[in-house]
Amino acid sequence: MNVRAQMSMVFHLDKCIGCHTCSLACKNIWTDRPGTEYMWWNNVETKPGTGYPTRYEDQEQYRGGWELKQGTLKLRLGSRPSELVNISFNPRLPTLDDYYEPWTYRYGDLINAPQGDDQPVARPVSMITGRDMEIEAGPNWDDDLSGSEIYAANDPNLQKLSEEERRDFFGLQQLVFFYLPRICNHCLNPSCVAACPSGAIYKRGEDGIVLVSQEKCQGWRMCVSGCPYKKVYFNWSTGKAEKCILCYPRLESGQAPACFHTCPGRIRYLGMVLYDADRIHAAASRPDAELVEAQRELLLDPHDPEVLREARAAGIDDKVLEACQHSPVYQYVKVWKLALPLHPEWRTLPMLFYVPPLLPVLATMSNNSYELSSDFFPSLESIRIPMSFLASMFTAGDEETIVKVYRKLMAGRLCLRAETVGDVPPEQVARALADAETTHEELQAIYRLTALATAEERYVIPTFLREEAIEATGDPQLFQEAAGAGFLRWPERGL
Amino acid sequence: MLIPNIDIFWFVALPYLDLALAIGGGIYRYYRHRFTYSSLSSQLLENRKLFWGSVSWHYGITLILLAHLLAALFPGAAAWALGGPIRLMVLEFTGMALALYALVGLLILIGRRWRTFSLPRATTSYMDGFLLFFLLLQVVTGLGLSLFNRWGSLWYLKTAVPWFWSLARLHPDASTVAFLPGFVQVHFVVGFIVILLFPFSRLVHLVKFPLPYLWRPYQVVMWHRPRPAAGTNRSRA
Ligand code: SF4
Repeated sequence: MNVRAQMSMVFHLDKCIGCHTCSLACKNIWTDRPGTEYMWWNNVETKPGTGYPTRYEDQEQYRGGWELKQGTLKLRLGSRPSELVNISFNPRLPTLDDYYEPWTYRYGDLINAPQGDDQPVARPVSMITGRDMEIEAGPNWDDDLSGSEIYAANDPNLQKLSEEERRDFFGLQQLVFFYLPRICNHCLNPSCVAACPSGAIYKRGEDGIVLVSQEKCQGWRMCVSGCPYKKVYFNWSTGKAEKCILCYPRLESGQAPACFHTCPGRIRYLGMVLYDADRIHAAASRPDAELVEAQRELLLDPHDPEVLREARAAGIDDKVLEACQHSPVYQYVKVWKLALPLHPEWRTLPMLFYVPPLLPVLATMSNNSYELSSDFFPSLESIRIPMSFLASMFTAGDEETIVKVYRKLMAGRLCLRAETVGDVPPEQVARALADAETTHEELQAIYRLTALATAEERYVIPTFLREEAIEATGDPQLFQEAAGAGFLRWPERGL
Repeated sequence: MLIPNIDIFWFVALPYLDLALAIGGGIYRYYRHRFTYSSLSSQLLENRKLFWGSVSWHYGITLILLAHLLAALFPGAAAWALGGPIRLMVLEFTGMALALYALVGLLILIGRRWRTFSLPRATTSYMDGFLLFFLLLQVVTGLGLSLFNRWGSLWYLKTAVPWFWSLARLHPDASTVAFLPGFVQVHFVVGFIVILLFPFSRLVHLVKFPLPYLWRPYQVVMWHRPRPAAGTNRSRA
């Protein structure tokens, strides 16, 4: 056993209101520099929808992630020699058109324009060339456009749906969508790291955060293609790859990352988990339908004395182990089995998990009044988001796993309704509990962490502060030079 | 044979100065400005023309450069390879085709950066312009002399190669090149100017060709400090 700790995340999609506060918090801190204007390390997309960059989920086109070829794990992008052969031109790179050309407005014209018959307008200008431009796409261009023929209909996940399911999904009365906030998954088997020819991307041993060394990065752009989530971006001004850093400077001083901290929906959970690094490869090589389970198995029980002993032997500090024991992520993923990885079939073992959205209540117009459906707790069969769509997103197409999650979510809803309003017959609750193989106590605990948890319960961050972390484990003098000061020169290219 | 001073400058002083600057400057930049030690790709901004430009240029010029280098390093083998009219013709025409290929690529690359306000232009520096100019000059003179001064690959072995070796042995002797036609000499001088530009331009990416990728482990894990188990501050999984 080779125990490692990983900072990981759960997003509860039922609670996301699509406000984009998270994206803006991130942008204001990290990506407001030249060359990064188009980057959204955190973005929120509407599902069904094409996402950002457009159709990033279509790996036939982008060839991100891993694939299983005759039982062995291969980079979809190609072999190592083929990457070197393609080094002067990366054939799988998305271009600016797939994101959007960033722009600003000539605000000065509003006050400096000479007097005339017309109101002055602020014209849009490109933030790259400075020239006037037509705006053809922008961040969240397809926000809330469920049912649209250009955006929603082009969601790659719809390929898995039958003609009928698709018609129902897009029927005007049935239109439904949900939000999918995305950041870097800080995967256990990251394909961006594997695709980088310079070895510039690395995973931090202590917390698993994936970072790009800006000095080593040569701008070959293979990571951008290699990451199936398209969460590595190319800075056109410095010529380097950049990505979500999970706000590690904030984590190291005990604060939650900016997108977590600001989220008004409180959908985000952050916690450490322990895993066995020796089993990464085996877990990533399992058949599609077993991938979710394989990832759950990879996580180790932080209460198991054997695991704790191995963890201590591997140099994991007691404070970190304590944080693992209180990790909300461990609860959602391993104990309750509610949170699922996004697109596990890409085999990167992403460490950001999603609790899929519960089905929205259907409302209808009848007799000129707006009425909530009488079927307040729809059965799985009459739900509005097809299970096949959700399975395509969260369980590599395996509907059984996603159905289990929904049974439990629904049991929770019924159970709480029976308790607080009391209009659900007890037999129905009992049946739902049995179907979901859950108990009253478990549902209560889920309810607590989902609806009532405080910030301290949602973000369980062990002491990362370098100095303290060092003192906790040994003689600070001994490690004086091990904690570097980082990158101090201004990131200018010059020549 | 008496060699004019001016030729001593072009064919003895310049190469030495040049190599010293290229190596010294390259090392200096590597240690003091490592962040800049790469080429600034504009593929994100413009993709289609880059495909035709970059692929043609890189493949064409790499093969030609390799031919120059190998022939200089192993003149005996090169003389043998060229030692028959058919072989000579095949190699010469392959070389010309490759030069043409590189030239077309280079022109496309220049074209896509030329237009003011084009996206790639926004990230083009003066040094890029300089470099492109000298590269163009070098390819055009090279292609020109292979067309008009037959057969370049043969006299290259008798003129430039001995001169290179004399420079390498620190017994500079420019007599074999000093009396070549001016057009040919321009090709030599511009070649050294391009080498001179190496540490001052995006050419530095040449030495960062990531060959170690072929054998390094896929996953890279780094630790802040030594792990008790691994016993090293950098273990790879
Ligand atoms: S994740 Fe939070 S901040 Fe982001 S859109 Fe959803 S509710 Fe808003």
